Amino acid sequence: MSADAPLFTYCLRLADSALVLGHRLSEWTAYAPTLEEDIAIANLALDLIGQARLFYDYAGKIEGQGRDEDALAYLRDDRDYMNLLLVEQPNGDFAVTMMRQFLYAAFAVPYLAALTRSKDETLAAIAAKAEKEMAYHLRHAGEWVIRLGDGTEESHARAQAALDDLAIYIDEFFEVDAVEQSLIDAGIAPDPASVRSAFEATLAHVLGEATLARPAVRTGQSGGRKGLHTEHLGHLLAEMQVLHRAHPGANW
Amino acid sequence: MTAVAALPGDAALFRARAAISAVADPEIPVLTLGDLGVIRGVAVAGDGVVEVTITPTYSGCPAMKVMELDLQLALAKAGFADARIKTVLAPAWTTDWLSAEGREKLRAYGIAPPVGKAAQGSSSRRALFGEEQAPACPLCGSGQTTKISEFGSTACKAQWRCKTCLEPFDAFKCI
Ligand SMILES: [Zn+2]
Repeated sequence: MSADAPLFTYCLRLADSALVLGHRLSEWTAYAPTLEEDIAIANLALDLIGQARLFYDYAGKIEGQGRDEDALAYLRDDRDYMNLLLVEQPNGDFAVTMMRQFLYAAFAVPYLAALTRSKDETLAAIAAKAEKEMAYHLRHAGEWVIRLGDGTEESHARAQAALDDLAIYIDEFFEVDAVEQSLIDAGIAPDPASVRSAFEATLAHVLGEATLARPAVRTGQSGGRKGLHTEHLGHLLAEMQVLHRAHPGANW
Repeated sequence: MTAVAALPGDAALFRARAAISAVADPEIPVLTLGDLGVIRGVAVAGDGVVEVTITPTYSGCPAMKVMELDLQLALAKAGFADARIKTVLAPAWTTDWLSAEGREKLRAYGIAPPVGKAAQGSSSRRALFGEEQAPACPLCGSGQTTKISEFGSTACKAQWRCKTCLEPFDAFKCI
């Protein structure tokens, strides 16, 4: 393992989570409940895909094997993807999509804010851009969670069901393996434990206003960082990668 | 056309700056890229090639590629066919980089300029779930406005409506 291998892996993880969530959101384009929301979700997707491109571009440079953002996004299989399991979960109904976005953003905002203090200048610079964008996502998704939870009986039930389904993926945000620990020790990656209280405070505030109950989770699901995914990722990648794989190097 | 390679550095620089000064934002054509604050520098690099440094607005802004092409084209027309466009990420672009002139152009065009300061740690940066400062209506100047959607026709704008003149309008997000 070269000295830069952990940094390469870490960049891919950040990129993969952003890309997979961005792709999921793009599936709503032209299907969202209102025109404003359609535009909003497309914008959220664009932010995430843009963040993914920056991380992939940097990962490719660290690796130094000539792989660019396209090669990293389109020519790796599900076992090579290291995104968080939360982001690959299907869109479900609108409540599931907004709850997934809210949970991810509630973590991403303080995490990226901490990453802006990284000793790695490029990561710090990407994080500074991404953090501002994710603050918008958090506000948007958070307001929806409140509106749905504190809305009608039907919307409340759906929002609660979404939270019940997705809560098992929260603990994975805070897992640290040897790769990440070495970067934490080097001052390059933030320790996710350091942002847990900010994350919990956001959840308590929003779920409280939404009148939603946080389910007790005994064992969280994880494995995304090791390439062990739910069945959903393979289907997502098949659709996302088919064009590039059918026409390698296509340009327009 | 004068052979640009023959120009002394300062003259080349002056000419390159003039060439890109009118390049407009592809999505908000009343703004030049200079007004928008995405041009971070124009220099003659060590190898004698003109190098323009830009910074992206949003990570996923689809207009970035068009901006690069437009700059390249303007420079080529001025004789700098081999000019380079370099992208830097830090310091991150925020709406604080919009020039005063740019803000006025936005208002005249019917887009409310961003309200307050965006910089991290800035006291007026909006709290996460806090109240948002409403922009004044760019059409009638009324302060009685209401948000329709946090997201608008481009990544950088939100949709608002004026309660006085009843017109909907775009507002530049403070980010
Ligand atoms: Zn008005």
